[in-house]
Amino acid sequence: MASVTLTSLRKAYAGHAVIHGVDCAIADGEFIVIVGPSGCGKSTLLRMIAGLEEVTSGEIRIGERVVNKVEPKDRDIAMVFQNYALYPHMSVFANMAYGLRIRGLKPEEIQARVDKAAAILQLGALLERKPRQLSGGQRQRVAMGRAIVRDPQVFLFDEPLSNLDAQLRVQMRVEIKQLQQRLGTTSIYVTHDQVEAMTLADRLIVLNGGVAEQIGAPIELYERPATKFVAGFIGSPAMNFLEATGQGGDAIVLEGGVSVPVGRPVAAGAAVTLGIRPEHIATVPVGEAQITVRVELVELLGADSIVHGRLPNGAPLLVRLPGVSPLATGTALPIGFSAGAVHLFDRASGRRL
Amino acid sequence: MDRSGRLAWVPHLALLIGIAITAFPIYVCFIASTQTTTEILAAPMSLLPGGHFFENYGEALTKGTALTTGVPVARFLLNSLIMALVIAVGKIAISLISAYAIVFFRFPGRMICFWLIFVTLMLPVEVRIMPTFEVVANLGLIDSYVGLTVPLIASATATLLFRQFFLTLPDELIEAARLDGAGPLRFFKDVVLPLSSTNIAALFVILFVYGWNQYLWPLLVTNSASMTTIVIGIRTMIGGGDAPTPWNLVMATTVLAMLPPLAVVVLMQRWFVKGLVDSEK
Repeated sequence: MASVTLTSLRKAYAGHAVIHGVDCAIADGEFIVIVGPSGCGKSTLLRMIAGLEEVTSGEIRIGERVVNKVEPKDRDIAMVFQNYALYPHMSVFANMAYGLRIRGLKPEEIQARVDKAAAILQLGALLERKPRQLSGGQRQRVAMGRAIVRDPQVFLFDEPLSNLDAQLRVQMRVEIKQLQQRLGTTSIYVTHDQVEAMTLADRLIVLNGGVAEQIGAPIELYERPATKFVAGFIGSPAMNFLEATGQGGDAIVLEGGVSVPVGRPVAAGAAVTLGIRPEHIATVPVGEAQITVRVELVELLGADSIVHGRLPNGAPLLVRLPGVSPLATGTALPIGFSAGAVHLFDRASGRRL
Repeated sequence: MDRSGRLAWVPHLALLIGIAITAFPIYVCFIASTQTTTEILAAPMSLLPGGHFFENYGEALTKGTALTTGVPVARFLLNSLIMALVIAVGKIAISLISAYAIVFFRFPGRMICFWLIFVTLMLPVEVRIMPTFEVVANLGLIDSYVGLTVPLIASATATLLFRQFFLTLPDELIEAARLDGAGPLRFFKDVVLPLSSTNIAALFVILFVYGWNQYLWPLLVTNSASMTTIVIGIRTMIGGGDAPTPWNLVMATTVLAMLPPLAVVVLMQRWFVKGLVDSEK
């Protein structure tokens, strides 16, 4: 086990930069999730750590060792791929044993390691099968087994669950988390799924356009997003954003003239974006309403209901209400939220105010 | 399609007629190989097997004929077998290696190499046969197995086929092997080769038959009867002008010439089908 340190890590393809200097110190045993929309460079970042992509500039350290020029096999890492990348002609056992055989381990040692990993992953009965005889979830386990038997310093996961169906994905997510806690191996996990990211991570790296927008614990990112991008990306349904203008006092004025108290002074005339999460909005008695939205659609999820509403100025607004909402389309819904739940971002830079 | 109706015999009949048309000459050939030359030349020729099966085949295999200057057919068969095997194995080996280089390595001039190989597809053996003959003759390779086989080994078709197959291997597989510590040769041996086995089997069948049936090149490059192949051997046995042709021996030789390709097709087909059933894709 080891720490992983990224220092001003950059990647460019033929002069076109895709990673613009990422700095991150990953502690020994930590589970880090790199999350971001497709094309944000998250897989590239992981592949650089794996040694499958060259580093344009900056430094990657695993433990104390700088690994920029070290071959993947010598980095003491193991990677789990999105499509599993199992050797189709080899049995489950041979797939897991292949890397060990190349490293010249004794057959008894290989047998012991594979058996141990197979026991952890409940693959014991499948060792003689070929990958094509396995279900998606089982293949995923074999891919993880192949990583575990190597007993690496760092696990790298490249969207390992995205080829599984929703139910299996939730199950495997739990298994990966438990496995990592049990083994205590430093893990770096790439995903575009923010639920996966929130549930697995000790700390998250939110990557956008090759820039690490924010690095922190999932709840920290949820409660205090550093930028509008992070605010919109973390949390489901996504945060509502409303354009507003500062009044010099503790209130801001939304487009359309509604004044909203935000609990902190905002400079007069400042162009800001107000962020409010759907779950922090509540229905209020008509007289106390800050805003009234017209209901356009209600999605009933059972435990709660997602109300798609529209403000008088035409801006869409999502509201999450507990339980099964009886609201009909077209209803005027008086809503309110506490000043403490409001996030403010500078409209130009997207930075948190 | 209605398989149980009253007209079910129609396709069967069509197939039977087709098979009869295809198989009849082979049948006649076999029948003739069990008769004496006199019996064959009698009109009409008997369509029932004669009594000289062992005699004819024994004589052809061990003694040959006057026109082959006494070189036995067994020798022709051996020559053909060596030629077909060397060509098939050589073509597969060279194509596998060149396709592997073109697909998995980034070297300067990679695309030029690919296109050069590709362009040779447009040049069949017959087109380049004179310059090739010149080279082989100057190297003193006339009447040798090297001269017989090496010029036919380079194969653009097989290289392209393997290239197309290698391109379907996912990048992740290569990367997983890199992480496992497999170098290029190890990856080739442990992953690429086993995954290509079905393709190799299919190509072997095709290339063996191709090598076995070569006519023009062995005709040019062999002079002595002892280095000639079975296909040329049959031609040599059929005398022109006043030399009498021992038709019974020619027919026996023809039957013998058909057997090895048939055996390869039949034997490899089982393997080939197994490969298809066990397909990894």
